[in-house]
Amino acid sequence: MRITSELKNTQREQQLFRTRLGVSALLVLVCFGILAGRFFYLQFLKYDYYQTLAESNRISLVPIVPNRGLILDRNGVVLAHNFFVYTLEITPSKVENVEETIDNISKLIEVTTNDRKRFKKLRDQSHNFESVPLRSHLTEEEAARFAVNRYRFPGVEIRSRLFRHYPQGTLGSHLIGYIGRINDADLKVLDENGDLSNYKGTDHIGKAGLEQYYEHQLHGVTGFQQVEIDADGHAVRVLSSTAPVPGDNLTLSIDSKLQDIAEKAFGNRRGALVALSPSTGEVLAYVSMPTYDPNLFVDGIDTDNWKLLNDSLDKPLINRPLRGIYPPGSTFKPFVALAGLHAGKREPPFSISDPGVYFLPGSSHQYRDWKPGGHGSVDVQRAITVSCDTFFYGLALDLGIDRLAAFANHFGFGRRSGIDLDGELSGLMPTPEWKAKRWKQKWYPGETIITGIGQGYTLVTPMQLAQATAILANNGTAIKPHLVASIQEGGSGAAHPMVPQVVDKVELDPKHVQLVKDGMLGVTQPGGTAASIGANAPYLIAAKTGTAQVVAIKQGQKYNASAIDERHRDHALFIAYAPADDPKIALAVIVENGGHGGSAAGPIARQVMDYFLLGKEPPGPVSEAPAAASATTPSEPEPHD
Amino acid sequence: MIRLFLKRLTAHFDQFLLGTLIFTMLVALFVLYSASGQSIDRMSSQAVNIMVALSVLWIFANIPPQHLQRVAVPLYLLGMLLLIGVFLFGDVSKGARRWLNLGVMRIQPSELMRIAVPMMLAWYFARREDSHRFSDYVIGAIMLALPVGLIVKQPDLGTALLISASGFYVLFLAGLSWRLLIGLTLAVGALVPLIWPLLHDYQRRRIEILFDPYQDPLGAGYHTIQATIALGSGGLAGKGWLQGTQAQLDFLPERHTDFIFAVFGEEFGLLGNLLLLILFTVIIARGMLIAANAQNTFSRLLAGSITLTFFTYAFVNMGMVSGILPVVGVPLPLISYGGTSLVTLMIGFGILMSIQTHKKLVAT
Repeated sequence: MRITSELKNTQREQQLFRTRLGVSALLVLVCFGILAGRFFYLQFLKYDYYQTLAESNRISLVPIVPNRGLILDRNGVVLAHNFFVYTLEITPSKVENVEETIDNISKLIEVTTNDRKRFKKLRDQSHNFESVPLRSHLTEEEAARFAVNRYRFPGVEIRSRLFRHYPQGTLGSHLIGYIGRINDADLKVLDENGDLSNYKGTDHIGKAGLEQYYEHQLHGVTGFQQVEIDADGHAVRVLSSTAPVPGDNLTLSIDSKLQDIAEKAFGNRRGALVALSPSTGEVLAYVSMPTYDPNLFVDGIDTDNWKLLNDSLDKPLINRPLRGIYPPGSTFKPFVALAGLHAGKREPPFSISDPGVYFLPGSSHQYRDWKPGGHGSVDVQRAITVSCDTFFYGLALDLGIDRLAAFANHFGFGRRSGIDLDGELSGLMPTPEWKAKRWKQKWYPGETIITGIGQGYTLVTPMQLAQATAILANNGTAIKPHLVASIQEGGSGAAHPMVPQVVDKVELDPKHVQLVKDGMLGVTQPGGTAASIGANAPYLIAAKTGTAQVVAIKQGQKYNASAIDERHRDHALFIAYAPADDPKIALAVIVENGGHGGSAAGPIARQVMDYFLLGKEPPGPVSEAPAAASATTPSEPEPHD
Repeated sequence: MIRLFLKRLTAHFDQFLLGTLIFTMLVALFVLYSASGQSIDRMSSQAVNIMVALSVLWIFANIPPQHLQRVAVPLYLLGMLLLIGVFLFGDVSKGARRWLNLGVMRIQPSELMRIAVPMMLAWYFARREDSHRFSDYVIGAIMLALPVGLIVKQPDLGTALLISASGFYVLFLAGLSWRLLIGLTLAVGALVPLIWPLLHDYQRRRIEILFDPYQDPLGAGYHTIQATIALGSGGLAGKGWLQGTQAQLDFLPERHTDFIFAVFGEEFGLLGNLLLLILFTVIIARGMLIAANAQNTFSRLLAGSITLTFFTYAFVNMGMVSGILPVVGVPLPLISYGGTSLVTLMIGFGILMSIQTHKKLVAT
């Protein structure tokens, strides 16, 4: 009985066990089924998704930065190029104590206070994970010395970087400009233009001058290497690569020798000069004085140098030809004369008898001529030659400001020339409409009168003045000025020369043009206001002098250069083209606080024309203070305007 | 003479089970070669592990179940002693106290408990085979909870989980009533909020990351993300042996140990994975068959528990690698590199074979 029950028990227990085992088997199948389903989901349904993730894990795109295009002058002289230098760079996020690390580095390699300052400035401007240069231009020996001690400096490395270099130093710095490290503002612009991907790996960008304007062409197209990387980011092998396309080379119309002569001619005076080829729009020289060394900016300028440049009273950083605005003074007169002729107002034999002073009809306010007593009998041609104020007072009033302004617009007054540089100012050719809008005041006839001699509201840039002269030399056809004569493609090497582009053309009577031109030719002949400039020239020069007041002279007061603080002296202006019978060069010169146009600015123009037309170099150092020299001989009336 | 010797030597082998195990381990050697960055050293070291483990298997296959039943209690007590030793004087490594330094060697007592706990429980329920009362299950649960508690404290969540499972399987197979089972499940569910604060930060983090590994893609979620990428990018047929980019380029962490399945799945694809599942199913089926035909309660319960524990290992590891279970430190049985776990596994399979091959002797 007991045995049977035990047997039954055993049987029942075995039955129970087998049932439980069956349930377990079911559990196993369900669980493995879930796994199989999961595998099916991952490996079949979502295969593409995970495949992409795996590929992006292992494949890294490494940018290959293209070589930046060169900038050459018209004769192939290098103005901007690249070369490899070793830089010592620190990635702040990878370094525990940056100051201490720099201290330790300085025991191995010279680190100057300036290097430290510049590093601090750059570091403030960049992200923590970006590598910031501490020293550049390491010598081979310095690089080797650091390499041996590298293990002591995690987060510090030597890199070989392509550096921009401006071998001519300060020459033409305002037109060449410079590159600098890309900052957040640059990134924003790149992002907006959709260029961000092309700048992967690039850390410099054009900041000023041609480097900025032609950034797109100079930069080139970044190449990419598809590299297989491991989890630590180390490259295992190269999968494919797309070569970069080097940036385009720019060949300028600038002649660096001419540029050099022009800059030297300024000596230590401030001012600007723009020389153009009237028939092509080529810019032959582009001077803004004083200049600066663009090489200072490439690496990030240090604080001391920056202060020196930025705080200087001479304002070397201002791009004077485009951003310096001056009253044109008497250089405006030829254009007023042409406007008068064009309107049928002053055609010879019309002439006035100049008493040396002009009265607005019905008013006692006197408008003086620069020459006490006047010029005697003056027709339109002689009015230009002797720069007779009285003649132009009456003419301006006769023409009316609107007609005068509209005509002047054709010569580029009040308009941007469209030169291939950023930041050009448009100057000002005033009209009653402008005055009402700007000052909420009505226009007075007296304002028209002084506009006739280039005073009053009228403002020009040196660039505009040169362009106006070129348009006149070119008989009324305006061609867009440009610094770049030819762009050579970085990839194919194909050259694309600039084609002269006519932007405006005013139909003029050749007889009228000739009268004005003859008047300007007379300026450099005996009896003209700049007779000395034309002396002994084997070619004919058409020119006009000008003086722009810095401080207003009160009624009845006499201007006395020697009694006035240097910086309050008048600006000297000079426009010219030559040869007068077949213009090859047209230019405008402004010497700030230089006094009279003929004596201060004229000689500079003459040197430039001599070299350009004759290949003649100035004999020795240019006399530097003609203004002071003229001040010593006050007895002779200075042909002031 | 030699034939007779050979016959005696292999008498206690279950040839079908042994064949499947050896085949699986050979496959594993190739996977290991790939997962270790093509290291011959690693592969040969694992080959030695396999030889040692197979010897252990032979030894256990030759120990009759009755002997095991006799040593169950002393073994369990020894294990408990050692665990308490670990708790008091254990060596700390990687933030966990798992090892006991006995002067001559360092041992990990929790490994011993993987076998000792199911043996102890099987022994207990075999002794009380006439009538399993509620109190028996309570006593069984306590016998299980003591070592598990100590192991959780180490902390070694993976091992604790698997030992709990192995003990639970004994209770379940012994006939734990469904009502109790459901009650227990609910109780465990209720305990979760109470246990949560007791877990270590890294354990909690692991569980959180399980639900959203992208919370911390470069930290705690990195393992899971990279493993699922490896599996998914393997596709239908895999990238081929030694061709898995996730594995070969170091994107997979712990790829020759706990995450070796990701390497396997990347290089052999869905088809390889299904084949591996089938191999595991075959092994489990064989184990269940042995359990079903075992002759006494002790053998039945032990064989069932060993088989289901093996299943649990496989399921938990594959589940964690494929991202449906939390990352707990559980190796893939038979495949992951490592001697200790392999020996423990082979002890289990040795016992299975012993149960299978010794029963005829009892029957006659």
